[in-house]
Amino acid sequence: MGAMFQKDQGLDAGASVPAIRLSHVSKMFAGVVRALDDVSFEVGRGEIHCLAGENGSGKSTLIKIITGVYKPEPGAGMEYFGKAETSITPNSARGHGIAVIWQDLALFPEMTVAENIGFDTLLGSWPRLVSHRGIRETAQAALAKLGLDLDLEARLNTQPIAVRQVVAIARALVSDARLIFMDEPTASLTQAETDHLLAVVRTLSAAGVAVVFVSHRLAEVLEIASRVTVLRDGRLVGVYETQGMTQSRLTELMTGKTFDMVVGARDSSANRTVLEVKNLARQDEYEDVSLVIRAGEIIGLTGLIGAGRTELGHTLFGMTRPDRGTTCLDGEVLTMRSNRDAVAAGIAYVSEDRLALGLVQPQSIADNLVMPVLRKISGRGGLLSRRKKGDVVGKWLTDLAIKIGRSEDAVATLSGGNQQRVVLAKWLATEPKVLILDSPTVGVDVGARAGIYKIVRKLADQGLAILLISDEVPEVYFNTDRILHMAGGRLIGEYDPRRTTLHELEVAVYA
Amino acid sequence: MRSFIRANPTETKLFLVLVAICLFLSLASDSFLTLGNFASLLNNNSVNVIWAVGLLVVLIAGGIDISFAVAASVVQYLCVYAFEAIGGGNWVIGFLVAGALGIALGFINAALVHYFRIISIVVTIATFNAMFGLLMFITSGRYLYNLPEWWTDRVMIFETQTAGGWVELALPVAVMAGAMTATWFLIRHTTTGRQLFAFGDNPEGARRAGVNVGLMQFIAFGWMGLMAGIGGLIQANIVKEVVPNALIGRELEVLAAVVLGGARLGGGRGSVLGCFLGVLLVAVTQNGLNLLGVSPFAFKMVVGVIILIAISMSNLELDVLVKAVRGGR
Repeated sequence: MGAMFQKDQGLDAGASVPAIRLSHVSKMFAGVVRALDDVSFEVGRGEIHCLAGENGSGKSTLIKIITGVYKPEPGAGMEYFGKAETSITPNSARGHGIAVIWQDLALFPEMTVAENIGFDTLLGSWPRLVSHRGIRETAQAALAKLGLDLDLEARLNTQPIAVRQVVAIARALVSDARLIFMDEPTASLTQAETDHLLAVVRTLSAAGVAVVFVSHRLAEVLEIASRVTVLRDGRLVGVYETQGMTQSRLTELMTGKTFDMVVGARDSSANRTVLEVKNLARQDEYEDVSLVIRAGEIIGLTGLIGAGRTELGHTLFGMTRPDRGTTCLDGEVLTMRSNRDAVAAGIAYVSEDRLALGLVQPQSIADNLVMPVLRKISGRGGLLSRRKKGDVVGKWLTDLAIKIGRSEDAVATLSGGNQQRVVLAKWLATEPKVLILDSPTVGVDVGARAGIYKIVRKLADQGLAILLISDEVPEVYFNTDRILHMAGGRLIGEYDPRRTTLHELEVAVYA
Repeated sequence: MRSFIRANPTETKLFLVLVAICLFLSLASDSFLTLGNFASLLNNNSVNVIWAVGLLVVLIAGGIDISFAVAASVVQYLCVYAFEAIGGGNWVIGFLVAGALGIALGFINAALVHYFRIISIVVTIATFNAMFGLLMFITSGRYLYNLPEWWTDRVMIFETQTAGGWVELALPVAVMAGAMTATWFLIRHTTTGRQLFAFGDNPEGARRAGVNVGLMQFIAFGWMGLMAGIGGLIQANIVKEVVPNALIGRELEVLAAVVLGGARLGGGRGSVLGCFLGVLLVAVTQNGLNLLGVSPFAFKMVVGVIILIAISMSNLELDVLVKAVRGGR
């Protein structure tokens, strides 16, 4: 751990006066809940810093205090670029050059790229004339700082999410940001796009702009940040140099628990075949896909975003029809006209976009859970039976250990990990034979991920055939029995985690 | 030109549809393609365009207003009494009074939407009914004919004689041009206009960026009110009478035309040119059916079909369609 004390380049630049220095910051909600307890936080000028912690550890609260959305409890010391501040407001924080890029980006999809970047120059209650050329030049200048060239006149909603991410960064630069917080910036980016974004962040850092990363993807955190501040349950665990830090050590610090990262693969080649796909093809999506999933087996399907994984998942779930090829379930050929047929046949699909597609956020946990089985829980005359509904809800909440107040609470009140469990429960209630999980842990923090993997394994033990789709190679490596590698719409490799190293697999997928 | 087409795909497609219909009508009827016919089309549809550009601003800001036609009727009645009280008046006073009354009515909608957090369609359905009921109750449905002379006089801004008769453009067309220019300037060339787009597009994003959200509602509904008032004033000039229920139903006609012109229900998109083309498309279709001797009872049906076809076409983007068919993401 000698490396822990080694100073990073970014730190040297402003080591004397940090971009931000907070000490003894506490925050109580409703006078009782301690969201933050005596936390100190420091970011050097031009430093790339990571703020790590599970959901509910106080990361967002800390950011909101720094940006003046919340006031800390008395006794806190706050210094912005060497200037002590007693009471900070969103405006004065902005004045100090603090910017936050939230996960939803807060951009304007119908407006052009240029207008999105230069939007802050359009603010003010009194009308002024707009200089369209001025906005273009402002945008151009901000992008030049990032070493990028975008189509300025394109409407933002025609641009991929990676471009929007960059637009949000450029927008922060227009308002002279010197410290940018980025909340889960890579959650929906492909590997190539992530690399690109990390390069942009390095450019920023070289120009003296500090960046604080909030991310669940520990690999990239360790790759880019020079230091990491770890919070747990509102308390500061410590500040660590990233050199010499490993993912499992960081996970331990964040959760206070040890997770063994061991290969969980088992041999299920003797089990009976549940799902068999032969030469499946669909124009422009995937080509010549053949695979077998046996009872009790977890198959990992990995590859970069755009490899055709999700598209294949959609077809297996009956949402799109293949041009060629056959799907057999329990030895019988399956023809599906819609996903209703798939559900009836015993196939369940947990969508990658949990928030938008998997759950009806304002509805109750119970209502979400019984959605696919409404027919099963209806009693006489097709009316819903409260008793049957209660039985189904009770069974699955216990089985999956979903921690909730009341099953009548809105799903939106649950944490990411618990929401994912509700989605799982909802599909398990259909009593499927095949379960397709598409990126089941996106936006779920480390501790909760372990819980989900455990459930998946338990389900396999009960005889379910599981297809786990993910672009995170470690996820499939540690939690599946066999790994299929997809690229350009074709299956180009099959790996046994017990006979492959993680590194080999990562090189194969990412290279 | 190419960049214009790229930036305004809806307007371009709408224009092409309009040209196609005009071509067809000029072949099918010899009285369609005359200067006189076009001049009368403009004269007769100026009020719809004035309302359309007002409604456009509300739609851009993410709202909707179906109370403006009734508001225009209310303004007409109040104007009659106001002009009577001051003993006549003139066009300048007319515009000021009608505009101010319209803005005031618009502000009521804005206040309800902003302070009570009610969605605009509910608010304007309520104000639509409340204002219409009040108007019918107070006037007992009485028509007013005794309008000041300046109000009902036909003011010509352009006239010339052609082989086919007199070609005239009257005051309403000039007011329409003024309303279009002012709205275009507001939404394209002022910071306030761009904030309106941003607010309609992503209200939470705009609020976080520091846009004064309440101000946006008052500007949007205020502008709509201004146009409703002015449109009411001009409408009375054209028909030379004030009838309490004459304008009812026009709100949906105008709304359809504005949406046809590319404004998005949900905010953040729309243009003055689109509004103009949208109103014109509906007008030309009706005009053509008239000239072709189709029964007036069939007008609404045909106009409905035209609107459906045009909206489907303008929403149809080939690349999006290809993606949809593929079912990918």
